[in-house]
Amino acid sequence: MADALVNLTIDDQPVSVPKGTLVIEAAKQVGVLVPHYCYHPGLPIAGVCRMCLVEIEKAPKLQVACSTPVAEGMVVHTQTAPAKSGRQGVLELLLINHPLDCPICDQAGECELQDFTFQEGRPATRYTPDFPKRFNPVEDFGPDVLYVPNRCILCTRCVRFMEDVAKEPVLNVSERGDRAFIGMHPAARLDHPWAGNVVDLCPVGSLLSKDFLHRARAWELDKTASICTGCSQGCNVTLDTRQGVVVRVRPRVHLGVNRYFMCDHGRANYRWMNRGDRLDAPLVRDPDGHRAVDWDEALARVTRVLEGASGSAVVLASPRASTEALYLARSLVARFAWTGAYELVMGEEAPLAGVPDLALRAERAPNSTGADLLGYTADYAAALAAAERAAVVLVLDAPQVVLRPAGALLYLGTIPLEDPETRARAEALLPVANVAEEEGTFVNRDGRVQRYFQAKSAPGMTQPAWWVLSALGAALGGDEIGSAADAFAALAREVAPFEGLSYARLGYGGELVARAVPA
Amino acid sequence: MGYPHTPHPRETLVLSKHFGEPEARTYRGWVKRGGYEGLKRALAMPPAAVVDEVKNSGLRGRGGAGFPTGLKWSFMPKERTKPHYLCVNADESEPGTFKDREIIRWTPHALLEGTLIAMHAIQADTAYIYIRGEFAEPQAILEQALAEARAAGVLGRFQIHVHRGAGAYICGEETALMNSLEGKRGVPRIKPPFPAAQGVFGMPTTINNVETLAAVPPIIVNGAKWYQAMCLSSPKSVGTKLFSVCGHVQKPGVYEVTLGFPLKDLIFELAGGMRSGRTLKACIPGGSSVPMLDRDESERCIMDYEGCATLGTMLGSGGVIVFDDSADMVYQVMRLARFYAHESCAQCTQCREGTAWTTRILERMLAGQGKPDDLDLLLDLSENMTGKTICVLSDSCAAPVVSAIKKFRGEFEAYLAGRSALVA
Repeated sequence: MADALVNLTIDDQPVSVPKGTLVIEAAKQVGVLVPHYCYHPGLPIAGVCRMCLVEIEKAPKLQVACSTPVAEGMVVHTQTAPAKSGRQGVLELLLINHPLDCPICDQAGECELQDFTFQEGRPATRYTPDFPKRFNPVEDFGPDVLYVPNRCILCTRCVRFMEDVAKEPVLNVSERGDRAFIGMHPAARLDHPWAGNVVDLCPVGSLLSKDFLHRARAWELDKTASICTGCSQGCNVTLDTRQGVVVRVRPRVHLGVNRYFMCDHGRANYRWMNRGDRLDAPLVRDPDGHRAVDWDEALARVTRVLEGASGSAVVLASPRASTEALYLARSLVARFAWTGAYELVMGEEAPLAGVPDLALRAERAPNSTGADLLGYTADYAAALAAAERAAVVLVLDAPQVVLRPAGALLYLGTIPLEDPETRARAEALLPVANVAEEEGTFVNRDGRVQRYFQAKSAPGMTQPAWWVLSALGAALGGDEIGSAADAFAALAREVAPFEGLSYARLGYGGELVARAVPA
Repeated sequence: MGYPHTPHPRETLVLSKHFGEPEARTYRGWVKRGGYEGLKRALAMPPAAVVDEVKNSGLRGRGGAGFPTGLKWSFMPKERTKPHYLCVNADESEPGTFKDREIIRWTPHALLEGTLIAMHAIQADTAYIYIRGEFAEPQAILEQALAEARAAGVLGRFQIHVHRGAGAYICGEETALMNSLEGKRGVPRIKPPFPAAQGVFGMPTTINNVETLAAVPPIIVNGAKWYQAMCLSSPKSVGTKLFSVCGHVQKPGVYEVTLGFPLKDLIFELAGGMRSGRTLKACIPGGSSVPMLDRDESERCIMDYEGCATLGTMLGSGGVIVFDDSADMVYQVMRLARFYAHESCAQCTQCREGTAWTTRILERMLAGQGKPDDLDLLLDLSENMTGKTICVLSDSCAAPVVSAIKKFRGEFEAYLAGRSALVA
């Protein structure tokens, strides 16, 4: 529909965008980032920081790119002297009361005030030291939010998030003029289940996460695209790691899943990824207990067990198991009469009121849909009962399981089985990677298959579950599988809903599975 | 100036004709003086005819911007698919301005009548009179008049509510007023959308100043031609205007003259001239937000929209602030800047930080601790604060600073040299 597009020129580059697009968004299309603070695509327009001043031909004065819609034939200049001097003026004014305590500020390195000042600010202030800077003490806003008013530039993103997105208006702008600060309702706390987003939204270091406080400098962090394991929503996240330790989880934009946000439950749900009490070498059972062995020996032992068994098999899987692992586990026991189940933990649902279809879901499992599509059930109790009688029980990272099975117990997990008696009965305990240490996919509640990537190395001899399971499969006469991508390709060939999908097609945005009836 | 007072022969009394007559405050007294005749006639006309009559009269908004009133009314949707609202801006807070207060105090029914005519013209059922928080006495008078008018059945299907502000200057800005009325923080909105499309409660709204509305009944009674004929200069500036003259004059007060009246005569004849032994130094002709004039400019200034614009200033609200030779312009400008710094709503960066910084520089200068670059800094800062924000509060702070530095640079330089020009 070419006629619905508006043609304009931004910094001499022609661009066509849909009617109603804002100049600041149109500029992004041609690679021009107009400096801004109050504007955020996930929030209502405020137009208050006045940072995104640009020159628009035929307009009598500078315009703010964030609240000016495009018009046919519009000619926008972001780099002319008046535009730059207008923005430089804003930067200077934002800095007169800003403490410049970057060396001790968590935001340093990912601070938009730093970035734009570096880009186009004045080299020195004209606000002489005779004038004191505004000072207000740090405030404890909520379970994971600190407010450092001295650094605040009053962009009001946090206020608008709580008011228009969370729909719990507990923040406001209090006072007037240069005495203004972000105030909180005296009878309230910033404890909304999605409140942590204000920390991400804050363009400076004024709203801080207590969890991340002074944990790392931004430039030391490695960032890896991942999927939140907190519930079945499948929020896209970035795992921030420092020297192989996950130190922070932040939302990654996906307009179809979580937009710009993630909940505090998911945000806090990462410490287990760094556990030190890991199973980090394959263990096989001997008459006098378990013995650490190399992978060849461990795989040989398990292969022998599987070859020697007949009858039924039960797979008890973690709902955090990757689609690939679930598929390969199922293939491994396919020659038995097998059943598979996962333990679905339920919690309280916490929607983000201002965004349709976004909530911390009651099903606290990132891959229950994937498990369902692969024939696993959520009837964990029945599976546990069946496991006691089965010839083979394959436990996929469900360390809490308590079993006294008649048949062979095989365990793949990130940490050892917790119950000593169950552990003692395990034929083999094989160390596998957690979500931060491997590549894989989850299928969220909407049937979107989404990839997660490896953020850190796994401890010791740990291998991804897909590797362990495919190696066992190959030893039993199956195909050799060399990567998670190959494992997924095999799954896509065999399991109808995944037909036509591949890692390349999934990319960072994921794809919906073909499903006749949505769950 | 107290009432009753004898009007100066050069005044043209339309709005202030009954100032000082307590009986005019009553419904009966107002009717006796020909009141509510305009309303009667307007209600007999189709709304569009009322709009046209006001349009043809040449009446322009008296709140400050001088936008043609009839044209503003004509922006309202012709078909009423949603409720229409009228807001009456009685939040008169501009320093140096006290004309609306006198209208409300002496002729509240003139405001109510104008309000009702405007409601008919824009097809509004409901009007809100947003009255300045400090106007306790005028509010009591207005509410009394409203009760009497209601009891007399004048209101008909129209509803008029009086809403008292809480004392923020910015709530006189039309969209901030609407936010405040809605119970929100009084901060100006981004325009567009303009009030005629989305005003108070998101509905089509017209907002008029008290003096503008008070001028409407006589226009309806006497006709557009009569109003247009009251003209001393430019045909774009017609009718009478109340000027509140304050500062170093013998007789500060509210004077009503035909637009185009010389400022010099307003000061020296109507307001009685300067205090004895003093001479005129400067004048702010339209409320504190407009650039100031030096003596020579003041003596040449014609008080209409065009005349003021010729001299680089604005007629504004008609708040004339007169300074004699005893005035310390650096101090005066600092006081104005301090006012704006106090009243800035804190939304826009330039205003929030710029007004406060400007004030600090001026305070430092007055304390004898100015820096050599301070004047350049003030001018650059003012440039930064002009034309870049949502509303014009920031511009209003910059205007007197820039004009004072331009016209009284010597006084600023004297402070930078360590002394006041006045005691030198």
